[in-house]
Amino acid sequence: MQNGKVVSMIRFDSVSKRFPNGTTAVDDLSVEFSEGGITVLVGSSGCGKTTTLRMINRLVDPTAGTITLGGRDVRDLPAARLRRGIGYVIQQAGLFPHRTVLDNIATVPTLLGWGRRKARARAAELLEVVGLPADAGKRYPNQLSGGQQQRVGVARALAADPPVLLMDEPFGAVDPVVRALLQDELIRLQAELRKTIVFVTHDIDEAVRLGDQIAIFRTGGHMVQCAPPAELLARPADDFVAGFLGSERGLKLLSLVTLAGVPYEPVGSVRSTATVKEARDAAAGRWLLVVSPDGGPAGWLDTGALEGLPGTSAVAGLALAPARGLRDSDSLLSALNETVSSPAGVAVRVDAAGVVTGVTGQDVLHARQRSLT
Amino acid sequence: MIDLLSQLAAWLTSSGQWAGPEGIAQRLLEHVQYSFLSTIVAALIALPIGLFIGHTGRGAFFAINISGFGRALPTVGVVTLVFLASGLSMTPVYVSLIALAIPVIVTNTYAGMIAIEADTKDAARGMGMTGLQSLWRVEIPLAAPLIMTGLRLAAVQVISTATIAAYVSFGGLGRYIFDGLAQRDLTQVLGGAVLVAGLAVTVDLILAGVNRVLFRHRLT
Ligand SMILES: Nc1ncnc2c1ncn2[C@@H]1O[C@H](COP(=O)(O)OP(=O)(O)OP(=O)(O)O)[C@@H](O)[C@H]1O
Ligand SMILES: [Mg+2]
Repeated sequence: MQNGKVVSMIRFDSVSKRFPNGTTAVDDLSVEFSEGGITVLVGSSGCGKTTTLRMINRLVDPTAGTITLGGRDVRDLPAARLRRGIGYVIQQAGLFPHRTVLDNIATVPTLLGWGRRKARARAAELLEVVGLPADAGKRYPNQLSGGQQQRVGVARALAADPPVLLMDEPFGAVDPVVRALLQDELIRLQAELRKTIVFVTHDIDEAVRLGDQIAIFRTGGHMVQCAPPAELLARPADDFVAGFLGSERGLKLLSLVTLAGVPYEPVGSVRSTATVKEARDAAAGRWLLVVSPDGGPAGWLDTGALEGLPGTSAVAGLALAPARGLRDSDSLLSALNETVSSPAGVAVRVDAAGVVTGVTGQDVLHARQRSLT
Repeated sequence: MIDLLSQLAAWLTSSGQWAGPEGIAQRLLEHVQYSFLSTIVAALIALPIGLFIGHTGRGAFFAINISGFGRALPTVGVVTLVFLASGLSMTPVYVSLIALAIPVIVTNTYAGMIAIEADTKDAARGMGMTGLQSLWRVEIPLAAPLIMTGLRLAAVQVISTATIAAYVSFGGLGRYIFDGLAQRDLTQVLGGAVLVAGLAVTVDLILAGVNRVLFRHRLT
């Protein structure tokens, strides 16, 4: 507590860990994990991610340096007390096989002395939060699928509502489909809960998907770069980071950067209720945008098809090529995709309400792409 | 042969043989008493040792090798030795029965403790359990099936070996064996042996049943 407000930022100050056998697992690490955000630690096997994570809840003690949590040295509290205030999720979930799912989830509340009834009520509530059916609570962990066990692991970590969550490859042992599902759930949960999460993974795509900030580690326990995903993809610190991000780095970046701030130009259009004459008057090139009554894009009209039609007949009913309206929150990649697939060669932009505001061409999108790096 | 079997059956079923201070019922009771007491005391000594070694990982060498020591221990030798040292009493019998039971309990307790997955113990610590909380709430419950197996094996061994009480002229079912041998009464020797075996098998089955009922949820 500082100034009466909970601060859950995690800070490493020149932290090193050398194991008795001489292995340096973490080497002079100084970094800050922001409050209410997900920091993902990535790097190849044995580069010190787990050790870094476990030093936060003191399952490993650093040999040098200090770690503070919300401004307080983690060594200020007895280790067990500290850990009850930090959620901890591990690969394979590490559930207690002799306890029911409900009792597993109620572990920390019980340790905190909540009383059996209250702890169980809270556990039942969490089953729903992590998307498990209520009857799963009576079962034993080995009666659940791997994905369900991971959900229980997350529920158990959330039970006492800790401000900080440590997750060590929590989705590493489930198949890609379930993993994507669990990632979505975590994103949904995090939007509500705003925990300070430190998340370890091998999977750079998972890191880009989940991370507000990504820390890349290199063997020997060095952190090479720590930055938001877009910055990392756009400006990798060195060849090691670039190599780690993979050959599709540019594509990943495009899928991450949004259209916010990318300019658009006005576009000639007609309402879908207009007549053929009105359409002819509005046409500037071959393709004319038709706008539906609610203001959204209805499709592209081939003005060549208007020839020979009486001026008084209606536009409605003529064949249109599909047009997709892109919001500012959509990615650069989806806009580029739209310029390729739409016959007019531009992406239609819409505002938050879905009303057409203009169009953006490929040249503008490419200029934005170049400005990133 | 048939003759011997029918004599044995007659011996085992005669009501006169069962009654009185020298009767089977009394001897059975004595035998159960020696065995029960020895197993309990052995458990009180062996369980903390096995739990400590399993929880801390210190002294694993001891836990593994003590079982070999237990098998190699000549029980009658121990009885004679303690008998010579302490004089005529039940003490040498109890000492050797307890010494016999301790290794198997230590070894099985330790085996149960190290069979617990590292992840599970790690999670217990990571959730904020103290060492003792982890021991009571996670490790002992998880090691319990093997701990029970150790107690069961110990009980059966002790029951079979408690016949030596008669060797230093005390009671129990061993009386029939030693007396029968002295009197060259084969029926009595056989009767005693059958009773000991029957008791051991019965206790084994009961404890196995208890084990199954207690841990029916475990499908690890
Ligand atoms: N208890 C320990 N004793 C000795 N060395 C250890 C210990 N724990 C970890 N190490 C070593 O420290 C280094 C970092 O280990 P750590 O578990 O932090 O790596 P990691 O990045 O999590 O790897 P992975 O991706 O495989 O989980 C490794 O070389 C590992 O062998
Ligand atoms: Mg690891």
